Amino acid sequence: MFAGAPQYLVSGLTQGAAYGLIGLGFTMIFNTTGIINFAQGEFVMLGGMLSVCLLGVGLPLPLAIVLACLATAAIGGLMERLAIRPIAGAPAINAVIITIGVSILLRGGAMLAFGKDTHALPAFSGTAPILALGAAIQPQSLWVLAVTLALLAALKLFFTATIQGKAMLACSCQKKAASLVGISVARMALLSFAISGLIGATAGAILAPITMTAYDVGMMLGLKGFAACILGGLGNPFGAAAGGLVLGVLESFGAGYIASGYKDAFAFVVLLLLLFVRPSGLFGKAGVERV
Amino acid sequence: MKLPVLGQNAAQAALFLLLLLALPYTLPNEYYLSICILGALNAVIAVGLNLLMGYAGQVSLGHAAFYGLGAYATAIATSRFGLPIPAGMAIGVSLATVVAWIVAAPTLKLKGHYLAMATLGFGIIVSIVFNEAVDATGGPSGYVGIPRLALFGYEFTSDHSYYNLMAVVLTFVVLLSLNLMKSRTGRALRALHVSEKAAASLGVDIAAHKRFVFVLSAALAGLAGVLYAHYLSFIAPASFGFGFSVQLVVMVVLGGMASVWGSVAGALFLTALPEALREFEDIDILVYGAILVLTIMFLPDGLAGGLSRLTRRLRRKAGAS
Repeated sequence: MFAGAPQYLVSGLTQGAAYGLIGLGFTMIFNTTGIINFAQGEFVMLGGMLSVCLLGVGLPLPLAIVLACLATAAIGGLMERLAIRPIAGAPAINAVIITIGVSILLRGGAMLAFGKDTHALPAFSGTAPILALGAAIQPQSLWVLAVTLALLAALKLFFTATIQGKAMLACSCQKKAASLVGISVARMALLSFAISGLIGATAGAILAPITMTAYDVGMMLGLKGFAACILGGLGNPFGAAAGGLVLGVLESFGAGYIASGYKDAFAFVVLLLLLFVRPSGLFGKAGVERV
Repeated sequence: MKLPVLGQNAAQAALFLLLLLALPYTLPNEYYLSICILGALNAVIAVGLNLLMGYAGQVSLGHAAFYGLGAYATAIATSRFGLPIPAGMAIGVSLATVVAWIVAAPTLKLKGHYLAMATLGFGIIVSIVFNEAVDATGGPSGYVGIPRLALFGYEFTSDHSYYNLMAVVLTFVVLLSLNLMKSRTGRALRALHVSEKAAASLGVDIAAHKRFVFVLSAALAGLAGVLYAHYLSFIAPASFGFGFSVQLVVMVVLGGMASVWGSVAGALFLTALPEALREFEDIDILVYGAILVLTIMFLPDGLAGGLSRLTRRLRRKAGAS
């Protein structure tokens, strides 16, 4: 009955860590701008595809990944500058539709630039599985978990120890008050899009050796990331990471024990049930109004 | 003297119907007619979704599910169980309605992004079931052999006859929506959009009104699904996925929120656009994305809002000269 459990747990945590990172990207942008960025999944796709492409032109793997992540961060910043800032003050739904349009542009651009084939990155440190507690752990899984933890720690440091990070927190708390004390809300929005691009692309690059990547993987990954940050309570970065882990593990166990075809459905079923009983998410403030 | 409200709408609707019926005679060939049929189908859903989104202010990112439920229900009822087509259609619309009624209560308690996520999740679950329940739905490869529409002994064999039917259905849906929004219920819906607390304090039953408009818009999506299935004789889950739900929302926003005519325009525009972009071949998707972004950037109140701003400006200019 519990034969596969450790294995499912490991693969669930790996996948979940990636969802958490994607959710973190949503949270960054939501906190400073109040926008749900539907192009977040495309950042993830770009991280994977650009790494594959740069590796293909002969760069060493670490350099390829770093450059891919920086390029995606630049694309995130450009997106804010060219598409989001000009419509400041418009209803939120318009901004969301702009992000959908940008995601279509990025997906189409990736299809033209990289083709429709599925690609994989080589695993960072070999593929010889590590046997522990009845599970065969891919070294790449450890990379995913380690990078996720490192990014979380870096963000924590960024928010508590740097002036930019504190300014961003101030924006998420009260935009008007933040601008009154001299914080440039527009620059914080730009920064949040760039950091989201960076985080999303990192998730894409570390996941690419395990789940492969292609020009159209962004949508489902983006949706899972959105689900992760709703699960954790929208606006709470560490909730998003935790939500991602919960989502990944549920999905993995559902696929293992019930039916693999419905893998993508389990996460959403659980999410709906949670929203119905606790509408503010697992770790959200219980301030969401109910009718 | 002003005409009574209902009479006003009836005149508008009659003019609209005449325009729709005349349209095929201006088209160069049958191919355009099939796009018009799909445009009208999408318009039926968009007008319904606009009642929910534009007027009552509740976002749904899962409306493709109701479209699909209607389509699959009538497909299975008529071709597998051999039921007559009107019965299949009734089953399709009822299924969409009943499912909407069930999911409405817990879902519509949520607000903002949480509501968007819940409807999105619901839509994805339904589309996964269409894909995975292979025995019932044919799975990803689709469901074939759905009978072409025949009602009261008349078979809609030609595209032109089907188009005329769609023109009548769409006009009816538009008239229904226009009248609904000028009724007491419509005013209550608009009130709860502005402030639920204020509306409740004036005696509007918020939960009941939200549920009513959600179920109505789902029933219209189900109706469109039923008509879609009997038009194409073939359906596949790809038509009812998250992508289409998003497209529906874009139709409503691009057309102009809280405007029935705007939703019709948004639906027709977004249905025709990919066809018009065919000549760009590989870069059509880029052009599509760019048009979407630019339209929202430069027409923040949608096509309807842009048009009314333009006419206002022209009128002012005419008044000045």
